[in-house]
Amino acid sequence: MKNLEIYIHIPFCIRKCNYCDFTSIVSDETIKERYVEKLIKSIENFNSDVSSYSVSTIFIGGGTPSILKPEFISKILKAIYSKFIFVEKPEITIEANPGTLNREKLKIYRRSGINRLSIGLQSADDEELSILGRIHSYEDFLQSFNLAREAGFNNINIDLMSAIPNQTIKSYRNTLRKVVELNPEHISAYSLIIEEGTPFFKNIELFEKYPLPSEEDEREMYYLTREFLSKNGYFRYEISNYAKEGYECKHNLGYWSMTPYLGFGVSASSYFEGARFKVDKNFQIIEEEKPSIKSNIEEFMFLGLRKTKGVSSKDFRNMFNQELEFYYKDNIDKLMKEGLLEKEIVSMDEYLLSLTDKGIDVSNVVLSEFLLD
Amino acid sequence: MSVHIKQDHIRNFCIIAHIDHGKSTLADRIIEKTGLLTSREMENQVLDNMDLERERGITIKAQAVRIIYTANNGEEYMFNLIDTPGHVDFNYEVSRSLAACDGAILVVDASQGVEAQTLGNVYLAMDADLEVVPVINKIDLPSADPDRVAEEVEDIIGIEAMDAPRISAKTGIGIEDVLEAVVSKIPSPEGNSEAPLKALIFDSLYDAYRGVIVFCRIKEGTVKKGTEILMMATGAKAEVVEVGYFGPGQFIPTDELSAGMVGYITASLKNVQDTHVGDTITDAKNPTDKPLPGYKKVNPMVYCGMYPADGAKYPELRDALEKLQLNDASLSFEAETSVALGFGFRCGFLGLLHLEIIEERLEREYNLDLVTTAPSVIYKVHKTGGSIIELTNPSNLPDPTLIDYMEEPIVKAEIMVTTEYIGAIMNLCQERRGVYDGMEYLEETRAELHYHLPLNEIIYDFFDALKSRSRGYASFDYEMDGYVRSELVKLDILVNKEEVDALSFIVHADTAYDRGRKMVEKLKKEIPRHLFEIPIQAAVGGKVIARETVKAMRKDVLAKCYGGDISRKRKLLEKQKEGKKKMRQIGNVEIPKDAFLSVLKLDDED
Repeated sequence: MKNLEIYIHIPFCIRKCNYCDFTSIVSDETIKERYVEKLIKSIENFNSDVSSYSVSTIFIGGGTPSILKPEFISKILKAIYSKFIFVEKPEITIEANPGTLNREKLKIYRRSGINRLSIGLQSADDEELSILGRIHSYEDFLQSFNLAREAGFNNINIDLMSAIPNQTIKSYRNTLRKVVELNPEHISAYSLIIEEGTPFFKNIELFEKYPLPSEEDEREMYYLTREFLSKNGYFRYEISNYAKEGYECKHNLGYWSMTPYLGFGVSASSYFEGARFKVDKNFQIIEEEKPSIKSNIEEFMFLGLRKTKGVSSKDFRNMFNQELEFYYKDNIDKLMKEGLLEKEIVSMDEYLLSLTDKGIDVSNVVLSEFLLD
Repeated sequence: MSVHIKQDHIRNFCIIAHIDHGKSTLADRIIEKTGLLTSREMENQVLDNMDLERERGITIKAQAVRIIYTANNGEEYMFNLIDTPGHVDFNYEVSRSLAACDGAILVVDASQGVEAQTLGNVYLAMDADLEVVPVINKIDLPSADPDRVAEEVEDIIGIEAMDAPRISAKTGIGIEDVLEAVVSKIPSPEGNSEAPLKALIFDSLYDAYRGVIVFCRIKEGTVKKGTEILMMATGAKAEVVEVGYFGPGQFIPTDELSAGMVGYITASLKNVQDTHVGDTITDAKNPTDKPLPGYKKVNPMVYCGMYPADGAKYPELRDALEKLQLNDASLSFEAETSVALGFGFRCGFLGLLHLEIIEERLEREYNLDLVTTAPSVIYKVHKTGGSIIELTNPSNLPDPTLIDYMEEPIVKAEIMVTTEYIGAIMNLCQERRGVYDGMEYLEETRAELHYHLPLNEIIYDFFDALKSRSRGYASFDYEMDGYVRSELVKLDILVNKEEVDALSFIVHADTAYDRGRKMVEKLKKEIPRHLFEIPIQAAVGGKVIARETVKAMRKDVLAKCYGGDISRKRKLLEKQKEGKKKMRQIGNVEIPKDAFLSVLKLDDED
């Protein structure tokens, strides 16, 4: 049996955050209900043969999935359970934002099989939260977190953000300290990028009042994250993800290891039976071009190298019937000479290739080297 | 369309104007009014038929069109409207187009009035003995002041203008008056159809199917299919395959072209190099005794290196240049090699606009990605042994110990400017090493400044600087005025300690420091950060005179990985890689190709 991951997209939010460029909308209850109906139908009607796959992870993301009535989440999961075969103890995650959780919801989540919670905190500083356009305060988050613990969630991720307008090294250190005190199992720490199409991008005057941290400060925050978290028992297993031993997010690791996945819901992507496809806003599946061997090779590399462990030459050989050097010898030599890439020999026929710390700093440059001509 | 129109019912004319004063629009209206095309059929501005011309709003190659006009007196007239290039780079082509005409419509903008370029063109027209018919355009604009402008034309140019047609080419007002003025004021062509053939080449173009197509005005005699023709200056001979005239955007074959007519000839010619603009065509078997006056071979004034961004495209660049040269006898090129840029060509142009046009055509029509080096004028290097080198590539400057002295080309410039900006413009000319020759007031609020300026000071960004410092109110015209001795040095640029030959250029010793300073500042902005620190230095004779540093790269990581949307991440990486392709590798530093030209635009944005 091959592993399969499932992603469910819930595109609703109470309001759109200033930095967000994912598919999300603010809607009323009837629209949400109709969306859930269509979503469930699309799961039930999915007509490829899935009997040779067992589902290892489900990730309900958004948007803010936790603003839906919890019964809807149960219904969606039920539809998945009756359609697919599962591995033992699959990882089932839901994303939640502080201020949208309560005891009742959390209880229903647990009962529906959800065993991992990802809470979007971003910052422990209320002013920074309001600059980001978040609807909650740190106090709201604390309450949600405690409720989740009480409800029995023992695998919780907290999303953090650095390089927020107006943020200082001191305030960021404070955020890290407060979060680590709570002892979550997993921390995602991204640095804010002002993307085109986001409210921030359209309102750049804002940064006159709330300046973006200087380049030096931004860099320091970035190093601080790793240093502070590793001192407190979180190891980095991917460019922006940290976890306690054994609590890496399996779902995300799957993306970086080219595990097949199916996405349900508007704008969700799938990679299944060698094809990539996407769901459009009318729940129609749009078949993307079937990836060539070339693009599979490229993706194996640029996704795999996001993992701290890196990519394995043996996995490459098994997947593509060819040595990794055949395609990348010159690039690898060059990047190693520049101190951006390192090689660890595991055995006679396997080595691991991974980004160095310096390579992680400039990962776009390094990863783009793995696009073939 | 009848061709049985007597010679005295032919009118050969052109339209001259300052850029933007409405020349092309008027041409469109005339063509439309004479019924050749309806306005619906007509794509705007038929005469400017290269995309590039239309985009830039200027006419690059002369074009012509024949139209039939039924005048108010009930008789039919054959108009040959010859379009002329409107830029100083193409002055010689302008003068030859004018020589193909008997009269010129002078378009003056009813609010802008007479400008330096207007004057330049009018003088050229008068030199060619053309009857100049003024027309005041854009009278529909709220700022129009046709009375003042008519007075200005009379005062400054000295031609009768009070009864000049007042029109709006845009809205079509007054076009009839222009056509009647053409009939009544412009003389019919002279010349005898029975005399030996004498035809003036005013343009030529290369067509893949028909070979060279020569645009000419028949001054004497007749030419038809089968005539064996001789180009008197180049000595090329060929048999005429077809003659014809110009419909809008198309060639219409006809039996013969006789004295007074304007049309085209195709012959067994493979190369426009044989058909120089200004040359005289005659009948090889019955030649005329002497050619038409005014022919000269045009020489490039500005040189630069052109290199394919991708070295493997060198043969394609050669092909493309050869093809462009078929249509543009004033473009020259020869192979050269640069340490920084590899194999490429040193190309010669009439001016910077010509250079930019060729560059754009190569990129657009031939899909080539180019790296262009600093444009250079031709310096005369007098060596200690007494020999003289004409230097077109700064990298080839001999060792200073072998140089006795150097000379640089200068131009005589006329700048028209409203009085409030005289100070600003005089400062600009001063900065550009101009020598003030005098000034005259054309009217109370406007003056004409006379300067001698080194050509190398105006080929880069002088025009832009002039416009920005006068808020667009200054206009400018120039002509070459020989060579003068000058204290010149070679300014070298070092990136990460390596000299970039493609960025070297010759400057006056007094401005070397200032130029060097600006160059390194500009390059600092252009060169993206690398994984290491990059010093950028300007040096004269091995001595560093300015330095900047590009700091090492900041962190640069992928945004949040989400929902398995791989294509989004892929796009980001592809963009990164694409950006890298546009770079030239100098040592271990990647320099964006645009940096090579943009560093030359150094005028402060004040």
